[in-house]
Amino acid sequence: MGVSIEVDKLNAWFGKTQALYDITMKVAANHATAIIGPSGCGKSTFVRCLNRMHETVPEARAAGSVHIGELNVYNGSSAVQIRRRIGMVFQKPNPFPTMSIYDNVAAGLKLNGYNNRKKLDEIVERSLKLSALWDEVKDTLRKKSGASLSGGQQQRLCIARALAVEPEVLLMDEPCSALDPISTGKIEELIYQLKERFTIVIVTHNMQQAYRVAEFTGFFLLGKLIEFDKTEKIFTTPSDKRTEDYITGRFG
Amino acid sequence: MPGPQPGAKSEVALSLEVNAPPLRSSRYSPLGDQIFTWAMLACGLCVLALVGLIIYELVTKSSNSWHAFGMNFFFRSEWDPVNEQFGAFPFVYGTIVSSLLALVIAVPLAIGVAVFITEMSPGWLRSPLAFTTELLAAIPSVIYGLWAIFVLVPLIREYVEPFLARHFGWTGLFEGPAYGIGMLAAGVILAIMVVPIVSSITREVMTAVPRQQREAVLALGATRWEMIRTGVLRNARAGIMGGIILGLGRALGETMAVTMVIGNRPEIAKSLFAPGYTMASVIANEFSEATSDRYLSALVEVGLALFIVTIIINMLAQVLVWTVTRGTPARANV
Amino acid sequence: MSSPADNPSEFTAPQISLWRRGLNNLVTVAAITAVIIVLVPLIAVFGYLVYKGIGSINWAFLTQTPKPPGEVGGGMANAVAGSALILAIGSVVGVPIGIGAGIYLAEFGRNRLGDLIRFTSDVLNGVPSIIVGIVAYGLVVLSQGHFSALAGGAALAIMMIPTITRTTEEMLLLVPHAVREAAYGLGVSKWRTTLSITLRTATSGIITGVMLAFARVAGETAPLLFTAFGNQYWNWKINQPTAALPLQIFTYAISPYDEWHKQAWAGALILIVLIVLSVSAVRFVAGRGMLKGAG
Repeated sequence: MGVSIEVDKLNAWFGKTQALYDITMKVAANHATAIIGPSGCGKSTFVRCLNRMHETVPEARAAGSVHIGELNVYNGSSAVQIRRRIGMVFQKPNPFPTMSIYDNVAAGLKLNGYNNRKKLDEIVERSLKLSALWDEVKDTLRKKSGASLSGGQQQRLCIARALAVEPEVLLMDEPCSALDPISTGKIEELIYQLKERFTIVIVTHNMQQAYRVAEFTGFFLLGKLIEFDKTEKIFTTPSDKRTEDYITGRFG
Repeated sequence: MPGPQPGAKSEVALSLEVNAPPLRSSRYSPLGDQIFTWAMLACGLCVLALVGLIIYELVTKSSNSWHAFGMNFFFRSEWDPVNEQFGAFPFVYGTIVSSLLALVIAVPLAIGVAVFITEMSPGWLRSPLAFTTELLAAIPSVIYGLWAIFVLVPLIREYVEPFLARHFGWTGLFEGPAYGIGMLAAGVILAIMVVPIVSSITREVMTAVPRQQREAVLALGATRWEMIRTGVLRNARAGIMGGIILGLGRALGETMAVTMVIGNRPEIAKSLFAPGYTMASVIANEFSEATSDRYLSALVEVGLALFIVTIIINMLAQVLVWTVTRGTPARANV
Repeated sequence: MSSPADNPSEFTAPQISLWRRGLNNLVTVAAITAVIIVLVPLIAVFGYLVYKGIGSINWAFLTQTPKPPGEVGGGMANAVAGSALILAIGSVVGVPIGIGAGIYLAEFGRNRLGDLIRFTSDVLNGVPSIIVGIVAYGLVVLSQGHFSALAGGAALAIMMIPTITRTTEEMLLLVPHAVREAAYGLGVSKWRTTLSITLRTATSGIITGVMLAFARVAGETAPLLFTAFGNQYWNWKINQPTAALPLQIFTYAISPYDEWHKQAWAGALILIVLIVLSVSAVRFVAGRGMLKGAG
């Protein structure tokens, strides 16, 4: 089941440039939370700080406190262990090109030393069903490479891969930005169903998407969290002038 | 939307509850990453260590000769193992002359080939031709030597040398008995070996010249050759120079083919028909027979000099090629 | 060069002078001539190899050791075996170190030390092979007290390392960062990601690089002259002098005996065929088992 996320005074840098300033927010468990804002506002950096992917970029660092459930992300746990409990889906679908569909889904478990074949079969099937890809690929699981699927299928494969390690939180960094409208629709529907079981944080530059899938929305601008509230409130009666300007399309 | 049906959904949900998350219990230890990082670093340091080792070996093993002859070693012509008098001048001379001769023959050919492949060749011919010329670089040196001994040298002896002596004998470069074996044969076989290097680098830098440069010149009403000359060759000349120098580096260090046809006599003659000796050849021929410490040390010193020269030449070549190709991907199109 | 088609009478394209056109044609002819001149030796070398070599290859050549000079018959079987032994030693030592150094450069080498190693590796690549022979002699032969297959293998390993290092680095850098991120995002450790994901994705390119290095050293003679040294008999011990095909070709080619000359041609043909075969065999094996639509 999903867990809540508490972020307190999170700062992040790329070299000397500061990308995030004192972000404090509380993400509710088993809900979808959207992060919106103009490009370059730090929304991607923010989610990448939640599972410490941010620090894989050379010279990037982050400071502050992030609690995911009982887990203290920046204190007392290793980045690798954190990432095993937090799934992530990236902007561009990135299946492992040399692996079959099956191996792609099982990768997170296999590469971490989990080798129970019977369980793996079960988990792969369940994950592909959860990501609504099972029916399309069940006959070619081991024959076809993950890279041979269409873009939308690849992204659902990546979701299945993230779900296979049974995370408590699913981070999605603009998961639909490289997809066509039909694939986008499928992924959105998926998010809608997945949030019953996982806490989802989704970055999007598409305000309609945020409105469609998320109960809560945070608006970022220039590395600061400007406003964080129920999605409906953000899109109808925002309390900050800048949020209103962005929502009504006056900039960004 | 082929999403899970309501019924299927609850079944899936159930199985999720039943299985304990498989990784929750597995511990991660940073030790694996540390060992891996150190192991890869060790491999990287191996490369440094090898070059260090080469320099150390060459310097320490040549000190005997260095102390005996000093800088004079490279200007003395005497090579007398019996009386332990060593001077490397004939080898330096032979190396330089054979390599320059190779460049004189190879460079126009290599540039011609590169120009044809990049600018004139029909598309279907381009990559087979490029592949074929590069195949020349894959033939082992000893096979070139074998071919040279039994095919090239007789050819040079019977036809080329009499012809050159008759028409260009007055220059003094082509006189004396036609052995076939000698500086000329070494130069020709080296040229064949150097062509693929020079032409592949030339091709690379010519491809790196932006298309706009060509179009700008063509738009002025230039013929194709004028376009190649002003639009391409002029822009690529530093890189082509680099390719030529790289070819020189290869020619200087080339051992087997040269050893098999140059005649191996430490003499300095003006005529290219005369036999000679190169730095690499003298090491190849005499190293395992060198009995005294000073003899061995003198050979290692020849090696040290060869090492230093080739390193400087390769560095220079790389800088020149880099000035043209930087910013463009290395294998733009073949 | 054509004038505007719609109104040719009003505008005439400037005529290109006869001289400029002539020069253009002359250069074209010169370039084509250059191509032909360069192709002639290639065809001649391969032609002679087949023509002279094929007649001297027979069962005895492939199975026997050399006969003393003057006697007819004998073969180079021990030299083929010796080459295999030396190349195996060279590959076992050189390939892992080369790939490891390439991994270091690609995954950890964005710093001063990385630049230094990159530069040094290029330096090593340009070192003449005969000098590598001197160094292997000093390192292995002098400390063992005699010539050996091990010394020859060490020399070839030194020559393989820089090529493998740089192609491995190049191929690993071609793997998109997104692929690494996907693995990190799953909580896979760096070493596991590099070995099971990045390296595996770049496998075919790296194999090509390794095979290029292998083909290059397989024909090397100079570094073996005073390391492996050569041997008239069978040898399977890594600390004994060992025959090698290129060495044998060299010895026979510069000998005064006709019979040996024939065998040198046969040996050269075998050498080329073995190089081509081993390179294509490995590429074939590596190419199989790839998934549809991969990479």
